[in-house]
Amino acid sequence: MTKPAIKKPAMNRPVLMVMAGCALLAIAAWLLAMVLTGGPEDYAERYAGQSAPDDSASAAGAMSSSPRPSASASSASPSSSESGQAAAPASAPATAAPPRSAIPDNEFGELVRQGERIFADPGQFASDWVGNDLSCQNCHFDAGRYDKTASLRSAWPMYPAYRSKNQHVNDFAERLQGCFTYSMNGKAPPRDGEVIQALQAYSFWLAKGMPTGEAPDVRGYPDVGDPPEPPSFARGETVFQEHCALCHGDDGQGQKAAGGAPGFPPLWGPRSYNWGAGMHRVNTAAAFIKAAMPLGKPDVTDQQAWDVALFINSHERPQDPRFTGSVQDTAERFHQHQGQYGKTVNGQVLGEHSPPSGTVP
Amino acid sequence: MARWFVVLGLCLLFPSAFAQSPDGAPAAAGSCVACHGAEGQGSGAFPHLAGLGEAYLRRQLDAFASGERVNAIMKPIASGLSESQRQAVAGYFSGLEMAPTEAAGGPPPDGPGRTLAVHGRWQQDLPACVQCHGPGGQGIGEDFPPLAGQPAAYLEDQLKAWRAGNRPAGPQGLMGHIAERLDDDDLKAVAAYFAALPAATAEAGDD
Repeated sequence: MTKPAIKKPAMNRPVLMVMAGCALLAIAAWLLAMVLTGGPEDYAERYAGQSAPDDSASAAGAMSSSPRPSASASSASPSSSESGQAAAPASAPATAAPPRSAIPDNEFGELVRQGERIFADPGQFASDWVGNDLSCQNCHFDAGRYDKTASLRSAWPMYPAYRSKNQHVNDFAERLQGCFTYSMNGKAPPRDGEVIQALQAYSFWLAKGMPTGEAPDVRGYPDVGDPPEPPSFARGETVFQEHCALCHGDDGQGQKAAGGAPGFPPLWGPRSYNWGAGMHRVNTAAAFIKAAMPLGKPDVTDQQAWDVALFINSHERPQDPRFTGSVQDTAERFHQHQGQYGKTVNGQVLGEHSPPSGTVP
Repeated sequence: MARWFVVLGLCLLFPSAFAQSPDGAPAAAGSCVACHGAEGQGSGAFPHLAGLGEAYLRRQLDAFASGERVNAIMKPIASGLSESQRQAVAGYFSGLEMAPTEAAGGPPPDGPGRTLAVHGRWQQDLPACVQCHGPGGQGIGEDFPPLAGQPAAYLEDQLKAWRAGNRPAGPQGLMGHIAERLDDDDLKAVAAYFAALPAATAEAGDD
């Protein structure tokens, strides 16, 4: 068999010049594209997401992937934060956090991503410290980014701060530990361990550009007006059945997603927040509900928010971790606020039949 | 619209599939399997019914019959069922289990559809789809049906129907309120994302 002769293609000078010209144009176009799009983070981020060591948990990829941040999310600039909230269009709040695609592709960036994973699903990523079926983002939407639900961006500049809750100056790490002790009915992770470090890195990163030394315009939950009438348990029960039970169940115990994955959180009982969590205060819960519930269509009145907040927080939940051995004593020392702990509801003193606190696995 | 005529044609061509009901199924389910599959696994642009909430399926049958959910094929079928037959059919398909499937079109496309599905768009007060439809779009309980693995065309049509008022807004009006804030690109992207996820996995995905 004879092989057909392969003729070397002729490379004459004009062809070479055209090719060189094309190459130069391509390089120029690439450089221009990098300048216009703000660099190759998208690609780097996607790559980082694929190579994450815990990629078997696909939430890791999910949380870190946002290749095309919307224009409004990325439009935060120093000037926009000075323009005043009234002038800012609703779609571009002055307090917008940086887009996910801007997370740097380095060790710090990986810590930021881990912080978001923990925040979105602490039961999976911080399981040693979580004692219930809640997630941080049940109360702080969009992994702590949403302005109306006590965003991390607005919390970070507020610390260190004196807190009457424990009567000393708390730094952000200690504040985060409190979330695990109370809201998550778990145990405080060590302040120099990965969980607190990652959550701090994430919060710090979200707070980029926020002024320090002054309270942000938008923080916590928006104030809910005083109720026209004192909150009522009976009315609250009706509100609950009409507006909340669809997701949280007739018994308030929430619903798991298919396969046991986190679904809708329980609002009372042994797998919910304990009697030391901020959300057990009726005023705090009313503000959250008014701002954010029902999810995607918050349409309850101020009165309904107060009524259902009272109803939800008039059910037993895990004991206050500061329990002194007596409900009355604990109530006097730690519950001088708008809460139901130690009060008698339907013939039962709340706190007397509480499931245990701090039930980590 | 054209595909509905194709299906009508198929039903006429294969009257046996149209008339017989699977073993153990209520007789009324015979009308369903030609398009939704003998195991309720769906086919083509027809959604799977297996494992969907009984209350959800019953509501849909009622809405088809009353015309609140506008659908030329389903209206005569649902209207032809008595109340107890609708309940039986809903119960039957709800009780079937969706067999684990592979994602139809490979891994879900990265991009705006996934962002909307997984993170929502809170600048517009829009929650993530998975907050109510479960991680990986696997569904939550009776009232929040799984989206994963449903045909993209079907999902897109539903979002359009909510926007146009051709489908009841759902419990507490939630879906109607959500859909009206989505534009055509959103619908297409998010429908493609969920269509590409496996309808059921051996272990529920946590995407």
